[in-house]
Amino acid sequence: MGDRVTPTLRVVQPGILTTVQDAGRPNAVAAGVPPGGAMDRFALAAANLLVGNERGAAALECTLTGPRLVAERDCVIAITGGDLGPSIPMWTATTLGAGDELSFSGRRAGARAYIALAGGVVGDRWLGSMSTNLMCARGGMHGRALIGGDVISMGDLEYPAEAGFSLREELRPDYSDPTLRVIPGPQVARLPKTFFGERFTVTTSSNRMGYRLEGPPLEAPGEELLSFPVIAGVIQLPSGGQPILLMADHQTAGGYPVIATVTSASMPQAAQLAPGDDVWLVETSIADALAARAAQRAALESLTS
Amino acid sequence: MPRRRSAVKVPKVRVYPLGDTALLAELGSRLDTALNTRAIALAAALKKRRDVRQAIAGHVSVTVQFDPDLITLDALAAAIRRLAARRPPMEEPGRLHRIPVVYDGPDLEDVASRLGLTTQRIIDLHVRPIYRAFMVGFVPGWAYLGPLPEELITPRRAMPRTSVPAGSVAIAGQQTGIYPLDSPGGWNLIGRTSVRLFFPDSDPPSLFRSGDRVKFFAADG
Repeated sequence: MGDRVTPTLRVVQPGILTTVQDAGRPNAVAAGVPPGGAMDRFALAAANLLVGNERGAAALECTLTGPRLVAERDCVIAITGGDLGPSIPMWTATTLGAGDELSFSGRRAGARAYIALAGGVVGDRWLGSMSTNLMCARGGMHGRALIGGDVISMGDLEYPAEAGFSLREELRPDYSDPTLRVIPGPQVARLPKTFFGERFTVTTSSNRMGYRLEGPPLEAPGEELLSFPVIAGVIQLPSGGQPILLMADHQTAGGYPVIATVTSASMPQAAQLAPGDDVWLVETSIADALAARAAQRAALESLTS
Repeated sequence: MPRRRSAVKVPKVRVYPLGDTALLAELGSRLDTALNTRAIALAAALKKRRDVRQAIAGHVSVTVQFDPDLITLDALAAAIRRLAARRPPMEEPGRLHRIPVVYDGPDLEDVASRLGLTTQRIIDLHVRPIYRAFMVGFVPGWAYLGPLPEELITPRRAMPRTSVPAGSVAIAGQQTGIYPLDSPGGWNLIGRTSVRLFFPDSDPPSLFRSGDRVKFFAADG
């Protein structure tokens, strides 16, 4: 990408929480800074590939309600992820002409939609990433969520952007599937009985840092643990018995027992959960998890050939 | 004079999957400077591998994110056991930070009465050691420092505070630390410092790095 930056999309209404996100800042965790980045990496990659970007380019992550945007000039965009009722088809590269408006009618499935812009969304770069970190007020749109009046800029186009590319329907994730596949965690043996197959509900204490889950009472008694670095997908069990599923903006270390980790292929589904949603945690094998991961990658590769 | 090989204890490494693309390698379960040194060296060695995306040392463990297309969990676990059995490189002494503390924290008296010590004795004990930064993480700029003198070991508060001001100096268990940002927290607050720990516009943004040394001294408010 070159250095030219072109103002492209004007924000009329920002939606509940719309932020600039890319593939995150994995190297900042050594300083205790959350890795951040798009919650649904499959949707981010698909949106970018559809418009001809690198899969980890910055895009807009829209939560529960989408924004209202007006194109200041002709551009090509793609919307993927959760279905928040966009005014253009999802999973398809679409041209917006100058003056065209993009709006969302309301949540139909999932919780987070991604809007990629051919040339990439351009935001502040912080510690190697344009992802917005709200706690540190850095990255993306000056470290904050979008507000009315903001103008989203696009980066240089290497090739003229083309509309029309689409991800085949059968290759899109099934966000309505309420099961998350998990691999048992390091401290799972502390639990007197298994929680696999049980129903949990995502509580209102849930955000980009993590989700607190309500379900059958759980306890993992044992010696206090020394904190260790954790990753997104880890399910911790603090005293009190409500597990926490760590998501993109998670604290980088934890001292609570880790009872399971959501597989990489189930993380896009996890990213699409909202408070009040029910979810089932189902044990799987590493071999099956890797097979599901390979299938997702093949779906993305169908966009690059 | 070279140390004899037999004097070096080889840690037993336990490896657990963290999902399908990461693992936790535990070298031990207790706070131990030698094991922490090994964990830091192990993370550094793992980071150089092409099949490893990220390796971060914990107190006595390493969390490794790897590329499952290049290596299996079992093969990486075997490589980690081989690396951990190696004698760790002679550790360079970490950078020494001297941190002024005003010992007037809201939990100072409570900690003193719980431990049956005077507040002055708490201060004298807290400034005595040169602490080690075992691990940086949790929140931006936080470092777990320790070990504390035995007499200062005390559990965290039963009810965590919803807000602890940045710069608060705290103790819990065998450890001490400084809150880098205003945040919730359950540690016992014994003092405060004006030293900043997190510089968002520097790279790296954290004052402390794993393996650094920290000495507190009492300052006037």
